[in-house]
Amino acid sequence: MTWETVIGLEIHAQLATRSKIFSGSATAYGATPNTQANLVDLGYPGVLPVLNGDAVKMAIRFGLATGSKIARRSVFARKNYFYPDLPKGYQISQYERPVVEDGSLEIVLEDGTRKTIGITRAHLEEDAGKSLHEDFHGLSGIDLNRAGTPLLEIVSEPDLRSAKEAVAYMKKIHTLVRYLGICDGNMQEGSFRCDANVSVRPAGQAEFGTRAEIKNLNSFRFVERAINYEVERQIDLIEGGGKVVQETRLYDPDKGETRSMRSKEEANDYRYFPDPDLLPLAIGEDLIESVRTTLPELPDEKAARFVRDFGLSEYDAGVLTASREMADYYETVVSRLGGSAKLAANWVMGELSGALNKENLDVTGSRVGADALAGLLVRIADNTISGKIAKEVFEAMWSEGAAADAIIEAKGLKQITDTSAIEKAIDEVMAKNPQQLADYRSGKDKLFGFFVGQVMKATQGKANPAQLNELLKRKLGG
Amino acid sequence: MSLTRAQVEGIAHLARLEITEAQMPVYVDSLSRIIDFVEQLSAADTGGVEPMAHPLADQVQRLRPDTVTETDQHEKFQRNAPSVAAGLYLVPKVIE
Amino acid sequence: MSLHTLTVAELAAGLRARQFSSLELTLHFLGRIERLGPELNAFVTVTADRALDDARRADESLAKGEGGPLAGVPIAHKDIFCTDGILTTCSSKMLSNFVAPYDATVVERWRAAGTVLLGKTNMDEFAMGSSNETSFYGPVKNPWDPRRVPGGSSGGSAAAVAACLAPAASGTDTGGSIRQPAALTNLTGLKPTYGRVSRYGMIAFASSLDQGGMLTRSAEDAALLLKAMAGFDPRDSTSVDAPVPDYGAELATPLEGLRVGIIREFFGEGLDPAVGKRVQDAIEVLRANGASIVEVSLPALPLSVPTYYVVAPAECSSNLSRFDGVRFGHRCDSPRDLPDLYKRSRGEGFGDEVKRRIMTGTYVLSAGYYDAYYLKAQKVRQLIAADFARAFGEVDVVIGPTAPTAAFELGAKTSDPITMYLNDIYTIGANLAGLPAISIPCGFVQEGGKALPVGLQLVGPHFAESRLLSVSHQYQQLTDWHRRVPDGYA
Repeated sequence: MTWETVIGLEIHAQLATRSKIFSGSATAYGATPNTQANLVDLGYPGVLPVLNGDAVKMAIRFGLATGSKIARRSVFARKNYFYPDLPKGYQISQYERPVVEDGSLEIVLEDGTRKTIGITRAHLEEDAGKSLHEDFHGLSGIDLNRAGTPLLEIVSEPDLRSAKEAVAYMKKIHTLVRYLGICDGNMQEGSFRCDANVSVRPAGQAEFGTRAEIKNLNSFRFVERAINYEVERQIDLIEGGGKVVQETRLYDPDKGETRSMRSKEEANDYRYFPDPDLLPLAIGEDLIESVRTTLPELPDEKAARFVRDFGLSEYDAGVLTASREMADYYETVVSRLGGSAKLAANWVMGELSGALNKENLDVTGSRVGADALAGLLVRIADNTISGKIAKEVFEAMWSEGAAADAIIEAKGLKQITDTSAIEKAIDEVMAKNPQQLADYRSGKDKLFGFFVGQVMKATQGKANPAQLNELLKRKLGG
Repeated sequence: MSLTRAQVEGIAHLARLEITEAQMPVYVDSLSRIIDFVEQLSAADTGGVEPMAHPLADQVQRLRPDTVTETDQHEKFQRNAPSVAAGLYLVPKVIE
Repeated sequence: MSLHTLTVAELAAGLRARQFSSLELTLHFLGRIERLGPELNAFVTVTADRALDDARRADESLAKGEGGPLAGVPIAHKDIFCTDGILTTCSSKMLSNFVAPYDATVVERWRAAGTVLLGKTNMDEFAMGSSNETSFYGPVKNPWDPRRVPGGSSGGSAAAVAACLAPAASGTDTGGSIRQPAALTNLTGLKPTYGRVSRYGMIAFASSLDQGGMLTRSAEDAALLLKAMAGFDPRDSTSVDAPVPDYGAELATPLEGLRVGIIREFFGEGLDPAVGKRVQDAIEVLRANGASIVEVSLPALPLSVPTYYVVAPAECSSNLSRFDGVRFGHRCDSPRDLPDLYKRSRGEGFGDEVKRRIMTGTYVLSAGYYDAYYLKAQKVRQLIAADFARAFGEVDVVIGPTAPTAAFELGAKTSDPITMYLNDIYTIGANLAGLPAISIPCGFVQEGGKALPVGLQLVGPHFAESRLLSVSHQYQQLTDWHRRVPDGYA
């Protein structure tokens, strides 16, 4: 039997506010335990939540960017359950009336086809604290610094049909939230994570199979592996005559498998009801319009413009717009260069990305800034140096931090464009290699490359390649 | 009795309340009476009536500026805590 | 007249005129609390040192002709209001070790007005009760008859003010917890409009119903204390951002032209005829002095008690989840595991009535019952609010008894929760609709050889506190019920 996989993702994006969603505590990551948890975050008796306006604006940004409906009135509800990292015994979330509904975005699959993925809803809620399981003599330690950090939970339709699609969708959302400046996207720190609802059904069957929810996946790789494992597990289970049970599962990255989380399973009755400490959230046209005016150019729009204005391939445009910072970098290079958009694209995606990856750096941490790279590329464009020499110059720029021109000058890498100098070098090479010259002239055309190499060697690679070609052709021809 | 003992035990579990064996029948009785009492609401004609969650219908949620106003006071706040170590609240092991 | 029977207005004037110092006054009340307090069990904590500090500071200000409008006036707070550095128990074992690390807005504001904190008053546990018998610290006795309850949940505040152990005290009112004890102890008790007084620092029972207010000897005192307590608080999302009127200045508004609606549903079965008679007498006083009286009908109002006993427990079941033995409050000895920690800490920390309400609330919110109970109650709540709104289209205030009977005996209603709940039959409607309401003394009934006070209740439209206070004040100019003090406490 062939099986079809059905996946829906619930992505939790921590919003990049300075303070928490319902209190004035800082949200900075990595602080000493419980130093960023005030009375509200601790759920102290008598204290009350007051909503952070920027969290609302960020939710609106996301809604506008995904063509969603922004609810003119939404409601905060309490989700009741006991857990030590949940100080009030309830999480403030949105249940029946979320702030964002009915959106979509487009993903590009490996074969280049495009697919629209529905976004059911996105709602505001508060994050929980953390249980630390290190040894406190058999006890757990609770750190509530994270409690109350604003989250946007983005729920997709069950439109995803493979782990790869799920990853493509998650990456797309990841790019989008960073473009919008609403989430730093730092997955190691847990700022961006997801739960995956996974089920399988016989191909052609209309109704969904029973789903399992895999909790807390915090890397693209884990999402892919966890889903693939879970799909296989479910198929094996059904084919072996068993049944999938609806449950919460946890992915164990060390073992590469998912396992049932029984502790969270028992009697899940969250008793949602409207939070009486908070009033309905009303969002007026004016607020929506004021947020709309601050929206940046979105990744898809930017990529389309790069194709149109810079003549890039869709693939290149996609790579260069994967992050707003990368796209900004690229555009700065192009504008300083005054054109040569393809040359710039090749360098940003090639040498620069390679160097960044090697040191695990973000483009904002690049040792060679956009202006500096443009300074190098301009020397290729004006024939001062060859592309090959430029790579050497780039390496020096990266390690020494100096400008391209200074390195070219100091190392004497300037291209030789003086015809007589090149001719002189050619003459010497011809004199030193009479046998090869004779062979070439008797028809061994392939030896042309040998002569190019010898002349380049003699000029330490500085001969202008185009000129060299032309002169060499003439001289070898006799 | 509108509530069974099993139901009351289920409620007590959801609410994380230990009810002693001796008290259980008392709660089954009194909770049943309360539920019977509030049952009279079902007779009210509420067709087309919006549920009322707040007494002031025209009020909407106020938005706070996104500024950090709090400083670290965990030592003061933890003076009320039954068990703390290294700034963490201690609880029996959380099993996932 | 002795110092302790004076009103807040009289004390504030005397202090300003330097007839007596705040320190003298404070020592006088602390002495009375020490002598008469234990028998009534009105206080959970007496803050003598703090009171003397406050008094000295007030005297310094007064000497310089400075200080807030209530400079040097002693008050007590219901032990539901958080007080920085002072035990705040909600009369629960759960919080019997809880020292609040901050002041409630109400505490902060009365302090800023110059008041002196005498102590924290006993109450029904987490404000759940109508007789002050659910307190972990034991019942409070009614100074009019120590065999009887003072009402609840603000029973300690009521007993303290009625016995002249404090000139005034704060209270909270979720279903009548200020007005009913005021009625049972011959005090003026005001529950302001929902949102008028900040709930920040007031330990929540049912968030959409709770409202802070005060128990005083006169409507004039309530006006002074409300002015000092009310107003917008950015820390409470449900606090209303509207200017606070000068309630004191508006007390002089005459009764002429006042349109009063008698709530027909409040004079039926269950009302003690003697209590009904005192209320009718009071209405006649208003009529005789220029008010026009009509009857109004609020047909959904009889459903207010069942509505309340769905909404309030639902909210309380969630509000009280934070008491889990982790960050504050009672923790059981040597928990075996996490479920044991939760269940025993909560099982031991909460009393029977609190557990009963948490379980009721848990049930009405649970899967399969939400629509039938919680949602249904919210809809009936809307009908009740609409009834009031319709009535206020015709009249300025509606009127009726505060409680169906005078103070009952300790233990008389503890065996059946429904009997106890029906005590609040006349007060709950104002909470459900968020309306301001006041109870004022309107006479006495004789029971068991004792004169027991009766309360008259006035309910107004949202933010009509001025009107309620001026009607009450005008009535108190025509009568002297409110100046009566129980035997042995004068």
